[in-house]
Amino acid sequence: MNNFSYTRASNISEAIQKVSADADTKFVAGGTNLIDLWKYNLTNFNALVDINSIQDHHNIEEKADGGVRLGAFAKNAQTAYHPIIEERYPLLSRAILAGASGQIRNMATNGGNLLQRTRCYYFYDPAVPCNKREPGSGCSAIKGYNRIMAIFGTSENCIAVFPSDMCIALAALDAVVNVSGPGGERSLPFADFHRLPGDTPHLDNNLNPDEIITSIDLPEKGFSKNYSYLKLRDRNSYAFALVSVATAFELEGDKIKDARIALGGVAHKPWRVKQAEEFLQNNTASRENFVAAADIIVKDAVAYEYNSFKIELTKRAIIRNCMMALNPETQLPGAQPSA
Amino acid sequence: MPGVTEVSLQINGQSHQLKLQPWVTLLDALRENADLTGTKKGCDHGQCGACTVLCDGDRILSCLTLAVMKDGSEITTIEGIAKDGELHPLQKAFIEHDAFQCGYCTPGQICSAIGMLNENKAKSRDEVKELMSGNLCRCGANTNIIDAIMEVKEGGNHE
Ligand SMILES: Cc1cc2nc3c(=O)[nH]c(=O)nc-3n(C[C@H](O)[C@H](O)[C@H](O)COP(=O)(O)OP(=O)(O)OC[C@H]3O[C@@H](n4cnc5c(N)ncnc54)[C@H](O)[C@@H]3O)c2cc1C
Ligand code: SF4
Ligand code: FES
Ligand code: FES
Repeated sequence: MNNFSYTRASNISEAIQKVSADADTKFVAGGTNLIDLWKYNLTNFNALVDINSIQDHHNIEEKADGGVRLGAFAKNAQTAYHPIIEERYPLLSRAILAGASGQIRNMATNGGNLLQRTRCYYFYDPAVPCNKREPGSGCSAIKGYNRIMAIFGTSENCIAVFPSDMCIALAALDAVVNVSGPGGERSLPFADFHRLPGDTPHLDNNLNPDEIITSIDLPEKGFSKNYSYLKLRDRNSYAFALVSVATAFELEGDKIKDARIALGGVAHKPWRVKQAEEFLQNNTASRENFVAAADIIVKDAVAYEYNSFKIELTKRAIIRNCMMALNPETQLPGAQPSA
Repeated sequence: MPGVTEVSLQINGQSHQLKLQPWVTLLDALRENADLTGTKKGCDHGQCGACTVLCDGDRILSCLTLAVMKDGSEITTIEGIAKDGELHPLQKAFIEHDAFQCGYCTPGQICSAIGMLNENKAKSRDEVKELMSGNLCRCGANTNIIDAIMEVKEGGNHE
């Protein structure tokens, strides 16, 4: 835990200018991840730039193209309970409310949620090697107690999972992340925002250190009729996902016109398998087809010593969540399945 | 002290001018600088809810908040919820329902419950349980805590 100075930025360009001037300056939004990591001595900075006083990007707004823009500095609770989100993007609302606690959702921002770091136990333990914390030092999880680790897209350098719930829904909804940096503005499709570990496990995403997330755009299609978020974890509430599934269907009769299945807790980023979604498209919304889609998804899964149970768990979670998406009322609060 | 800044907080209706370093959390500022030790430090990492206070009406965790970030805000702690010597309805309900044993989690539970009732999102007992899940009770008084909250919720007598 080091000492640091603190300033507030009142607009985006001031914020960018402050972080790009000094590599040891970081943004703080809700602080729920940054302050925690700082207390564990897992992150260091000489200066914090508070971005909460920036005037713009605190709201949820409908856009001219029919979509909705989520301000990066809007709180997770404000987003989940916003009437537009509850009505048009209930999958997102459900996923946010399945994460963290009431207090944390009141503090956590939409931008910060995308940048939260893994909850890998070894990452949190400075006494052991971890390539994400210290590149080149080794991965303690691969041969360690890897029960919570990834089964998709891992590398020999890191098998950690990305812990967000909100982002799993954003991935399913094909959201777009808008960022600003010294070179101007750019937009990243959600699928390109987070990274797989590869041989750069210390990098969680494709945001540059001097860029700031300003907003997240949702396309017009919100799948408000047939959606479900299922979160399986070691205790009923207030725990990170072992496996989570965001499912959204557009149905015509019993035919699936569009299908989205995104998984959480199983990879270094929200996980989608195009082939399974394409299989469901123009197919019947039946349990049999959901089983087939789940088989397509898990066929590439690779387990480690203690997390092989996750493969079967993922498969069952997908099937169950597809069934629940046909009748979203079957979900209990906290994204639990019906009894 | 290096890097001290003046932080002005309205705590329980009283204004406090505190000289704090930027890395002092709101929790430590309340306990160490404002001498309000009702707010408890449990995990200090956002995991137990013991440090819950109301900030401009919203329940937040004071252990993951830097006090400087809340300069100019209105903070309510457990010390500030009784009115004119009369206990808050939740305080009374906690006593009636045996909703605490050691009492360590109680200030955070009560502040969190006030915030949750003001949010007005929980309709059922299940929803109250879910929305109170950020507050852990090591003594296992949870069932009685939910009973106490439900009584106040149904009575509609919270502020
Ligand atoms: C006990 C606990 C349980 C939790 N459980 C869950 C859970 O079940 N599911 C879940 O999804 N999450 C969970 N969370 C994580 C929580 O959702 C995140 O910590 C939160 O969303 C981060 O947002 P923040 O605004 O607090 O970010 P901060 O902590 O302020 O920032 C996080 C990082 O992002 C950077 N940053 C923030 N905003 C921006 C921006 N706009 N542009 C560029 N950089 C930025 C900061 O510099 C920092 O590096 C939990 C957290 C805790 C403490
Ligand atoms: S899985 Fe990744 S985060 Fe965990 S110890 Fe290995 S390198 Fe570190
Ligand atoms: S002390 Fe803040 S949540 Fe535990
Ligand atoms: S009463 Fe002891 S921790 Fe809750």
